[in-house]
Amino acid sequence: MSSDQSVRTSGAGNRCDGKRALVTGGASGIGAATARLLAGEGARVMLADVDEAGAARIADGIGKAASSTFLDVCRADSWSAAVASTVARLGGWDVLVNCAGILRRGTIETTTMATWHEVLDVNLRGTWLGAREAVRHMQGTGGVIVNLSSVAGIVGDQDLCAYDASKGGVRLLTKAITDHATRHGLGIRCNSIHPGVIETPMVANYIAESDDPVAERALWDSYMPPGVTGHADDVGHLIVFLVSDESRLIDGAELVIDGGGTVE
Amino acid sequence: MTQRLRHKTALVTGAASGIGRQSAIRMAEEGALVCITDIDDEGLAGTLALLAGRGFSLHHDVTDEDSWHSAIAAVLERFGKLQILVNCAGIGVRNDNIVALEEEGWDRLMAVNLHGTFMGCQQAITCMKQAGGGSLINISSVLGIRGSADALSYCASKGAVRLLTKSIAVHCGRQGYNIRCNAICPGYIATPLGLSVRESLGDEEFQRLVDKHVVGRMGIADDVAGMVVYLASDESSFVTGTEMVVDGGYTAG
Repeated sequence: MSSDQSVRTSGAGNRCDGKRALVTGGASGIGAATARLLAGEGARVMLADVDEAGAARIADGIGKAASSTFLDVCRADSWSAAVASTVARLGGWDVLVNCAGILRRGTIETTTMATWHEVLDVNLRGTWLGAREAVRHMQGTGGVIVNLSSVAGIVGDQDLCAYDASKGGVRLLTKAITDHATRHGLGIRCNSIHPGVIETPMVANYIAESDDPVAERALWDSYMPPGVTGHADDVGHLIVFLVSDESRLIDGAELVIDGGGTVE
Repeated sequence: MTQRLRHKTALVTGAASGIGRQSAIRMAEEGALVCITDIDDEGLAGTLALLAGRGFSLHHDVTDEDSWHSAIAAVLERFGKLQILVNCAGIGVRNDNIVALEEEGWDRLMAVNLHGTFMGCQQAITCMKQAGGGSLINISSVLGIRGSADALSYCASKGAVRLLTKSIAVHCGRQGYNIRCNAICPGYIATPLGLSVRESLGDEEFQRLVDKHVVGRMGIADDVAGMVVYLASDESSFVTGTEMVVDGGYTAG
């Protein structure tokens, strides 16, 4: 089914032929770009998001290889429903890309308990719930899990206290999953990706909602080397590689994709 | 004994046993006044008896925001200021792997290991600003650096603490608060928590983990307490945002 050329709608590759991928946060940003690129390489994709209409629009744009579903990553029952839908629509499930994430401002002093829990629930707990579904489902047949951490999971940012903690958690969650999968011979690879500043709606909204968007923009630009701009497709291409069998020996790794921003 | 922490005041969570208990003892020996807290009152009494009168104990649930308010208020009332916070309270949970762990276990572990550490740092900073500075010490783990199949939520919580620590260090440094924040990443330590791993994993698997420490043994609580004293003292005044690995070479090989 998935090797059927008629479902291919963009790109000309076949690096992900036969893969059936659930991409969370599929309505925008890195999730949307990843779903499009995976489909372009022959995968069938399910775009999942709390923004169900947004996910549906992206899926429509991709074409027949893509479907969409509602998913609140914070809720185990929502995951169960999204997985059931994925298996039904795609004929199985081999790939989970955990892109769903939120960004909230707050230092250790200004982060409220509500914001703390909101960020940890979506970014860390949501990633765990998804990975658990994936390992439970794929442990007989193998598969790939890609977790979106961040350079914020490697270096600290004063304004992103909860976000930093959540991404540091995802970084180690990933390694614990890999240790389990490798020691039990499950054939499931799990890696974390650590993007620098990527021009997505998440980042744009964060900057727009700041007290001084011009200064905030300059601050975010300073996180990247001069003249370097990160796009969702940059990360999407890396995810395609991690989903494909080309990366079969890459497991439990932390892949930084930041234009060199964290080198200094 | 030297007095490397003379005139300093400290709050140590998880002080009824293990790293928390030994850190409190060592800090008191170095001249600090220490408030020890835990939910294990019996263990706390045992620790208090070893402090030679240089502190007091408090029943304190680190997962409860109000309990934090009370604990810090008690420190201010008794000592007048708070300069050192050591977040030692931590737990493991059963069936902590990606297939078996249920939400109840995840949430309980995160409440203690991560949310408790966040609340403690947040509330302590307010006091430390008034005291003219301080040192926040969070206990992460080698499992905040390396993954372990049977410590899934534990790894995630300790990885989160590691980065929370950095965010706090950057903030406090940039604000000029003279407050430092560091994480310690111990290897497997012979504490009630560390030894519970043997029970849950069995002797053979436990020995495999012990063998990962290139020195050929588990650590003892005092190995970590020495690092706590250093980070609490002014000797480490240029040290912030770090992850101090005290692991017998676990992450070296």
